[in-house]
Amino acid sequence: MRTVRVPMSRDTAESLKLGEVISITGTVITGRDEMHMRAIEYTDEGKPVPKEINNSVLYHCGPIMVREGDKWKVIAAGPTTSSRMNKLEPEIIRRFSIRAIIGKGGMSQEVLDAMKEVGCVYLAATGGTAVSLAEGLSRVTGVEWEDLGMAEAMWKFSAENLGPLIVAMDAHGNSLYEDVRKNLVRD
Amino acid sequence: MATMIKLPETIEDTVVNLLRLANTKLPVDIGWALESAAMWERNPIAYSQMGAIMDNVKKAEVLGRPMCQDTGIPIFYVRGRFDSTIAGDIERGVARATREIPMRPNTVDPITRKNPGNNLGKGMPIIHYIPTDDDFTEITVVLKGAGSENMTHLAMLNPADGVEGIEKFVVDTVLDAGGRPCPPGIVGVGIGGTSDECVAMAKRALLRKLDEENPDPELQKMEEELFIKLNSSGLGPMGLGGDTTVLAVKINTAYCHTASLPVAVNIGCWATRRASVRITDGGVEYAQGVTL
Repeated sequence: MRTVRVPMSRDTAESLKLGEVISITGTVITGRDEMHMRAIEYTDEGKPVPKEINNSVLYHCGPIMVREGDKWKVIAAGPTTSSRMNKLEPEIIRRFSIRAIIGKGGMSQEVLDAMKEVGCVYLAATGGTAVSLAEGLSRVTGVEWEDLGMAEAMWKFSAENLGPLIVAMDAHGNSLYEDVRKNLVRD
Repeated sequence: MATMIKLPETIEDTVVNLLRLANTKLPVDIGWALESAAMWERNPIAYSQMGAIMDNVKKAEVLGRPMCQDTGIPIFYVRGRFDSTIAGDIERGVARATREIPMRPNTVDPITRKNPGNNLGKGMPIIHYIPTDDDFTEITVVLKGAGSENMTHLAMLNPADGVEGIEKFVVDTVLDAGGRPCPPGIVGVGIGGTSDECVAMAKRALLRKLDEENPDPELQKMEEELFIKLNSSGLGPMGLGGDTTVLAVKINTAYCHTASLPVAVNIGCWATRRASVRITDGGVEYAQGVTL
């Protein structure tokens, strides 16, 4: 399994092949519906947003976290359904030059187009494998927008071999989900 | 009805234990179904997904952690003898389990999206009551995350659409959902009743043990046909392709209006977390599959 380090260059993102299995080491941030909405709203209004969003590896995940003293501990952190973010993601990818999205279930053609434009990949984490994936996120480096609630806040991790992740949508306009969908047998 | 049972633990404690069991231990029948499906899976990516799932199931059980971060919305079914105080016991159990297990606080106001932080709020948790003359109180819980619950569909078909129409609707619902409900899972189907009862039957079907045959041979045949159709579709685990799209199809039926043919599909992800407990004078017995 290839380990890809963050920060990830555009070249690295573009070198990842459809179906390849990788793991991620380096900074990973989480973001779901509310984080996407706020990042767009704040930049529209000229308000600052956490700098980690730029060139980030963005994980569609609402983890279970517990506070131990002054530190946060991750309990469970599997992927959430990415398609909920279909409407907002193209703008997020372009505005913040996102390098990789981790999620489950895949995303729309509009997202795939934005990914190709910017040089970004979509990495499929196995849905529901929250304990295994939390192991790769054991170093919590902070939290932003905590007022959005545990699931919707932007958590920051220093990931170590987060995976296995499958390159399910590459930076060249190809999607494993689309290949599967086109060949589905319905009767 | 008076409380006539002397309990070794309070019902609130029992509810916390029940939620812990459901969250941390995959029902054995679902584990077996995953293991045996992995044996016939030919697609290497699909095989890797099932390996990752089994690995996670073992870690969750050993570490006593929720197997999925989406601990869902708990839906309770209370059967047997009980009185109206049981609703309060279940509510307190849910709030405590949210802190102690912990479960993710998931419930929000539908309009303001405000989160009370304890998985309660207006209408929560959902409790269905089935009073009987039995000498026990049985509490069953099923936990469903939003990924699978958001894929629920109801169709008010025409009677002329028949079995063919029913099967087409089930296949289309599962395949159009793609990887979003975390396949391979359980397909709960309700046929008949009224619109509301049909959707409730589809969810109740997810409680049945996977290795239990449908008592109605016609429905058993339909379950098998749909199982083969769906697993021949090529959708695969997480929608990434493969031979394993569903672990089981379970159908519940009820009589319906002569002018109606309601069909509902409720998909359970691979982590369809269920547990039940039977409280009697003799003690408290936990299990992970029940027929209501």
